[in-house]
Formats: sequence, structure tokens, C-alpha cells
Amino acid sequence: MSEGVRGTPSVGRSAWERLQRRKTAAAGLIILGLLLAASLAAPLLMGDPNEVDFAGVLQPPSLEHLLGTDQLGRDLLTRVAYGGRISFLIGALAVALALAAGIPVGVISGYVGGTLDLLVQRGVDLLLAFPGFLLALTLIAVLGVGVTNVVVSVAAAAMPVYIRLVRGATLSIREQAYVEAAKALGAGDAAIIVRHVLPNCLTPVIVQSTLQLGVAILTAAGLGFLGLGVKPPTPEWGTMLGEGQTYLLSYWFIATFPGLAIFLVVMAFNLVGDGLRDALDPRMSVLGS
Amino acid sequence: MRAPLGRYVLRRVLYALPTLLGVTLAVFLLVRLIPGDPGRIIAGLLASDEEVQRLRIELGLDRPLPEQYVRFLAGVLSGDFGLSAVTRTPVIVEIGIRMRATMMLAVTSTAIAVAAGVSAGVLAATYHNTAVDYSVMVVALGGVSVPVFWLGIMLMLLFAVHLHWLPAGGIGTPAHLVLPALTLAAFSTAIVARMTRGSLLETLGLDFVRTARAKGMGEWTVIIRHALRNALIPVITVVGLQFGTLLGGAVLTETTFAWPGLGRLLVSAITARDYPVIQGIVIVFAAMFVVVNLVTDLLYVTIDPRIRYE
Repeated sequence: MSEGVRGTPSVGRSAWERLQRRKTAAAGLIILGLLLAASLAAPLLMGDPNEVDFAGVLQPPSLEHLLGTDQLGRDLLTRVAYGGRISFLIGALAVALALAAGIPVGVISGYVGGTLDLLVQRGVDLLLAFPGFLLALTLIAVLGVGVTNVVVSVAAAAMPVYIRLVRGATLSIREQAYVEAAKALGAGDAAIIVRHVLPNCLTPVIVQSTLQLGVAILTAAGLGFLGLGVKPPTPEWGTMLGEGQTYLLSYWFIATFPGLAIFLVVMAFNLVGDGLRDALDPRMSVLGS
Repeated sequence: MRAPLGRYVLRRVLYALPTLLGVTLAVFLLVRLIPGDPGRIIAGLLASDEEVQRLRIELGLDRPLPEQYVRFLAGVLSGDFGLSAVTRTPVIVEIGIRMRATMMLAVTSTAIAVAAGVSAGVLAATYHNTAVDYSVMVVALGGVSVPVFWLGIMLMLLFAVHLHWLPAGGIGTPAHLVLPALTLAAFSTAIVARMTRGSLLETLGLDFVRTARAKGMGEWTVIIRHALRNALIPVITVVGLQFGTLLGGAVLTETTFAWPGLGRLLVSAITARDYPVIQGIVIVFAAMFVVVNLVTDLLYVTIDPRIRYE
């Protein structure tokens, strides 16, 4: 914000510049890129993550097994790499689902207003009365475990955030002069929503989604750790810790590496999210960084 | 003109009631959405057919849903959440036994989060853009990113297994509380530190702070006596909102440290499909969260004279 007035650079360009200047955000992007690439390339570079070897259980890190082996003799590096595929997938699907449900509800609630808005907002209040992780946990209690149910539960916990965010943006955009003008020119509600409201909601939604990806992965890993997420033997990071619970304190490497992977991914999403917020929405940057 | 504080409090309390009612309705409906016979689901797999039949009559499961809900709600209001499907103990007794452990953990963690978070935030803002500031922000980034169960295991490995300073799990002495409380406090501490720093930086740029400085006051006096008092107001709201994350984190922390609280009971109830216990704990957790937010809202207006009770 210290740039002062120097003409009017296109918003996109200056946002990109500000993002670039944030080295931390760049670091986040690099970490994410590396971890994502490693997970995607796992099937090409490594063997079967579920291959057991009872002759070589609980081996500490060595040249043969860089991160050691678990209680069934499975190679931890292979499992951590494959685990990234599951975690990224769950995070992306959950956020996509939350967006698909939250954006239309938020836009319509804010745009239509009145009784409908009131009802939707009471519903959001209700969802927010359940702390996020607890909401996901409760839904798992009802739906049962497994990848699909984890995605649905994590998405349900993220959805109220989007409804509220998009509704707020919609309310302020609805009052703008250019929307009035569009109306005066005879634009229908659908056209106004698609052409004016949605594009203007985009910035906060992108920032929020980057942060929510981290939250989603963290929530899914927490469920996995409790044995209420992705079912073993699927190599999901949280599930790996939950599965090896008996050995966690005797064999440090079993818990350390899958947990470190979660930590790095979530931190990277937070770095990128904070950087994006500074770049796209400078008003928020003081409180966020 | 200000409305009297009493009336505002009353209105806020009344406003929280529909949310609490909604919570009970949502929990009631969720359990009835599970495919299968609700009588069998609530009684549990171990129950005999006679028991299921008795429960069916007792809960009025053959009656229309609204009538069932009214019975359910009347039960909840009188503290009757039914019997655990596993232990056959009243759910309210099970909850009562473990409530203290959870409260002890949650309150200690909140206290740590406020004390450490505010201090770190003040340091970071005071030494803005110096190594102190950057260190606080890096640690805070770690705090918001670290999986709480993994942090717990790492602390256990270091302080219990390696250094033998503290017990690895269980409950009893104050030493047992240290690791779980620190683990659970990490996330909230980071959020409070970020919020304090941001809010204080904003306040330090305001006119009244400049006036205080112009009067020749020392920098620390200005910060602690003038700026911080105002900067802490938004922090209070954050502490209230954090309490939700804290309750979720408590489920994971209690499991990690074998801490006999509500969170651990909830996890074992979910694993055993003990729906009466699940219902009870979820309602208690949601109610705690709603009440804490109500209290922070009320604190907020009593502290900030600028806010009108509207």
C-alpha cells in the first residue's frame, strides 16, 4: 500500500506484482508444487504402497528405506508420497463441493434478500454453532467412514463460510451504481448475477479457497487419525498415524514423516493464501499477515 | 441514546435460544436420517428385541416426528439424554463424569492462548519489521498450520520419551496437564498473536496514540496503557470464535494424550455407534460454543464504550 499514486495500473498486474514481492507466498507455491509433483509422480517412481514385508518391519530410516518402514514393513516414503494423492484429492473435492453449494446459496440469499435471506442466514448460524471439526465428525458418525463421506463431511464444514462470504459480497455489489445502471438498461437478474455479482465475489472466494484447502486437508487428516476417515490400508497421512498409534512413541519415524507432510502442505496453503490476500485484497493485509 | 445494558443482555440471550433449539432439532433429525430402524439404532446392537420395543414406546418412535421431537426436547431440557447403548448408564452421567477433564483442558489452553498470544502479538507490533516481529510471525504460521495430534505426538516424543520430564498421557497431577494444554493451545495462541499484532499496529497509527506520545510518554506506557486497551477489543471476539476450534482440537488432543474427557468419549461413541451418547455430547459441545460466543459478545459491549446496545 506504500506505492502511492502512480497512474492506474491494471488491477491484475499490480496484484501479481504484489504477490511476487511476497517471497513467503512464492515459497509456499514452491513447496506445494514439489509435494504435488511428488504425489502425482509416485506411481511412476515407486512401488506398491501396500506391499508388506514382515522381515523388515519398523526399520529406522536407511538408504534402502529413506523414511523407514512401518509396522507391516511397508516403505514409509512410498506411503507418504501416495498419501499426498489422497490428501490433495480430498482437499480439492471438498472445497469444490463447498463452493458448488455455497456460492449459489450465498448469491441468491444476498441478491433476493427478504425472508429467504433471513431463513438462509439462520441456517448458516445453526451450522456455525457446530465448531467445524465437530460438524465433520458428527456427519461421519451418521454417514460412516470412507473417502466419499470424508469429502462430504469436510465440505459441509466449509460451506457456511462460503455462504456468508458470498452473501456479504453480493449485498455490497447489489447497491453499486453500475448494477443500478445495468438494471435501468433492462438487464435481467440472471444477467446481473452472472456479469456483475459473481466476478466481484471472485477475489474473496479465491483467497478463502486457498486457506480452506489447508483446513480441509487438516480436517480430513484429523478424521483419519481418529480412525474415522479414509479406511486403512489406503495411505492417507492422518490414517497412517492412527493406524500406527501403538508404535508412535517407540518408533519416532512412523509418526514424524506423515505428520510433517500434513504440516508442510497446510503451511504452504496458508502462505499462498495469506500472500494472495495481501495481493488481491490489501485492506485485509494488516490483520492477516 | 443507549438502551439499558440489562435489556441488551436479555435480547442477546433470547437471540441465542433459537440457535440452541436448532442445534437440538438438527441432532434429532440427523440420527433419524440414518437408514434402518431408529429404535434399533438408538438402543444399540447389543440391545434385546424387548429393550428396543420398550424404547420405541418410551421415545414414541411410532408417533409423528414433531411429537417425537417435543419429547426429545423435553428430555434434553431436563437433562435426560437417554441411556448409553453400550454401558446402559444415563448419558448425562457419562457426560458429567468427563466434563471436568474437558473443561480443565479447554480453560487452561484458553488461558495460555490469551497470555502467550497477547504477549507475542505486543512484542511483534512493538518491534514491527524486526527480527522479533518475523520470528513471532513464523512461529504463528507454524501454529495455525500444524496438525494438533501430530504436535502432541512430537511433544510427547521429546518431553516424555526422550527427556522424561513429563508424563506421556493420562490424568492426575498438574504435570499431566502440561503437554495436552500446550498442544491444544498452539492454534489459538497463533491466532490471538496475529490478531493482537494486527490490531495493535492499526491502533498505534491513531490520533490519540500520537497525542500520548506528543505528551512525552514513554513508548511502553503508550503501548500498554493506551494502545493495547483499545487493540484488545477485537481480540476478545477472536478468543470466543477460537473456542470452537479449541473444542474440535480437544477431541484430537484428548485422543492423543489418553485424556479422559468428552472428546475421547465422543470418538469411542462414534466407533461403537452409541448414538444417545453422540447426541448428548454434540449438543453439549454446540451449547458450550454458543454460550461462550454469547459471553464474548456481552464482554465486548461492556468493554467498548463506542458500541451501542442495538
